[in-house]
Amino acid sequence: MILRAILAGLLSLGVIVALGWAVLERPAPVENLPERVASAMPESGVEHPITAVLLNFRSYDTLLEIAVLLLAVVVALALREAQPDRPEQMGLDNPLLRSVMAWLLPLILVVAGFLLWAGSYQPGGAFQAGSVLAAAGVLLRLAGAHLGWLDNAALLRAGLALGLLTFIGIGMVVMLPGVPFLTYPEAHAGTLILAIELTLTLSIGLTLLSLFRLNPPYADDPDDARTQGGPKP
Amino acid sequence: MPWLDLFLGFTLCVTAGLALIARDMFRAVIMFIVFGLLMAVAWVRLQAPDIALAEAAIGAGLTGVLLLDTLGYLRRPFGSRVDNPDDRS
Amino acid sequence: MSGAISGYLVFAWSGVLLFGLGLFGFIAHRHLLRRLLAFNIMGSGAFLVLVGLAQDGRGVDPVPHAMVITGIVVAVASTALALVVFRRWYRASGRTDLPEDT
Repeated sequence: MILRAILAGLLSLGVIVALGWAVLERPAPVENLPERVASAMPESGVEHPITAVLLNFRSYDTLLEIAVLLLAVVVALALREAQPDRPEQMGLDNPLLRSVMAWLLPLILVVAGFLLWAGSYQPGGAFQAGSVLAAAGVLLRLAGAHLGWLDNAALLRAGLALGLLTFIGIGMVVMLPGVPFLTYPEAHAGTLILAIELTLTLSIGLTLLSLFRLNPPYADDPDDARTQGGPKP
Repeated sequence: MPWLDLFLGFTLCVTAGLALIARDMFRAVIMFIVFGLLMAVAWVRLQAPDIALAEAAIGAGLTGVLLLDTLGYLRRPFGSRVDNPDDRS
Repeated sequence: MSGAISGYLVFAWSGVLLFGLGLFGFIAHRHLLRRLLAFNIMGSGAFLVLVGLAQDGRGVDPVPHAMVITGIVVAVASTALALVVFRRWYRASGRTDLPEDT
């Protein structure tokens, strides 16, 4: 154990020194990226540079990132156990939380919608709005709400894949006039980006919520289950 | 010298270290949540409000809830769940 | 590299330290949850280096910002997936570390 700690310390110290050296001796950048982004902004369809980078200039990266999210939730779905969903056993089911949620939930949804809409001209966007949506779902679940529509497998899968499919679909439709994948026409870029962001928000929120929900809720003793063949009294 | 940034960077390293060496798992997770909130402040200092929003919602909020939920799962002793005869398939 | 250190560079250095700290925790701990914390700290360090270095001396750069936002979302998804797998492992074996680590 101590040997392991010493080895880990030496290794991480070495990595710190190497990284520090790399920071000190870094080469001068050859491209001025902020300037290139600023000069390309008028043709991006949005006014906020980060949204422009995420969904227009580097949209291929974002597309693959959504694919990674979908992959994570598919693996979690595959690992799921056959067990009924019992949110009332989350241990936080109290009336105060419930009544506060009734006030808070509309506010959270409004904030998510605002973040999505604001993303085209100021900080905000699909990722922030999606995580706020997921947070609303997690809170609901902690408060003991059942969210039974998530048990509908077809609906859940459609919702999880919606963002990626819309992204790919729009990316391919714009190819019709003969331009490369994901090159939006300037006139409609703003609308297309907003449509993609809307579906991305829903899918990201649903993905994060499902990942939270797919955790097995109880810790059962495996030996106990095998020997006694039933739950403990 | 940017004293505020130096202080923030130092505090980030300290909270990260505390999260890593805390004996109690609960304390480690709480320090990690504090670390996530400080990261959000650091993003604001780096003039990246978009990342600050994402970090505050995800790094401090969602990750914290996930970790605390798992801690509750670990602390629940084996076999002591609320009994429902029909829930074991 | 002369003159006062910019605020951006301070965060790049903090990121280097955080990455090292996280790496240490990742190797030294055997408890899988602690390893997950360490892994997340390593990731945060990498993000800080990415943005801090890109902005040093040149001002705000939206490209690394966008990369870090996608990175944060991927990090939380992988953390959640890791927790799902960890809970399954704990349920199946009753232990919080891996047998080959001991």
